[in-house]
Amino acid sequence: MNVNITGMDSMVQTDGTAGNAETPVMIRPATTADISDVQRLDERNTGLGKPAFWADAFRRYGQSGEGEFLVAEQDGRFAGYIVGEVRAWEFGSPPSGWIFAFGVEPEYRLAKIATRLFEAICDRFRARGVEQARSMVATDDHLNLAFLRAQGMRGGPFLQLEMNLNPKPGGEA
Amino acid sequence: MRLQKASRYALYAATELARHPERQMSAAEIAAIYSISLNHLAKILRELGRAGLVEAVRGVGGGYRLIANPKRTSLYDIIVLFEEPAGEVSNSGLEGAQTPVGKSLIAVTTEIDLIAEATLRSISLATLLRDADVA
Repeated sequence: MNVNITGMDSMVQTDGTAGNAETPVMIRPATTADISDVQRLDERNTGLGKPAFWADAFRRYGQSGEGEFLVAEQDGRFAGYIVGEVRAWEFGSPPSGWIFAFGVEPEYRLAKIATRLFEAICDRFRARGVEQARSMVATDDHLNLAFLRAQGMRGGPFLQLEMNLNPKPGGEA
Repeated sequence: MRLQKASRYALYAATELARHPERQMSAAEIAAIYSISLNHLAKILRELGRAGLVEAVRGVGGGYRLIANPKRTSLYDIIVLFEEPAGEVSNSGLEGAQTPVGKSLIAVTTEIDLIAEATLRSISLATLLRDADVA
């Protein structure tokens, strides 16, 4: 699964209308009724609509019980989501909790919703017996990098590598 | 990667000022904490002032205070004032750079530079300070 982090707790970097940090935030497992909100928020953040992907992600990480698909609610309204699961021995890595994606509704930013979601999924990873949480962010996605750093994440012992499978003839190596 | 002295002193000063937002700190006070040259630090603080990151308060009880938002000021924002940003270092004009091996070496160093820049841009003064306080 290759999902970019699609939102951020913009308390880190962004100006704008603050969410209400005083109002209680409820973190709960996502339900079928939440998926349209998640899909819409992701589409707003990324500019790409992926309804089939989100329906599949909900089946794999939400309904199956094998992953974590959490939703934040404030004032009874959808405020954000986070998705991840525990993976073991891929790339030789001992079991660890991977965070694939998260997003926060713009009107709820500056209210630490993403922080609450991050803490909640880490709690669930701990409950599943793992000691590491991991994520992957584009090197030019400074805002999400800063958010994850602010949560305590650091560069890890793995390096992501890639190659172009269809290099242009005569192009740079 | 080794930071230049000016960058290190600037990060020491900015982080120390971020630690004490309620008061001004003198250059001597910061220099004493880190056992660094007061003269050199004073020059660094003036540069940080010109960049709009710190403000000098004159008179009795005066000193410096951070006027930048520590949550929004990255290590990169400060380092770039004192040294060439890693991602912008160009080796393309150096001897041998246009040979195949030279180009491959530039690709390697560029890859390293991009990771270094992303790391420096992702860490705010507030995050650095928090990490230092829990270390």
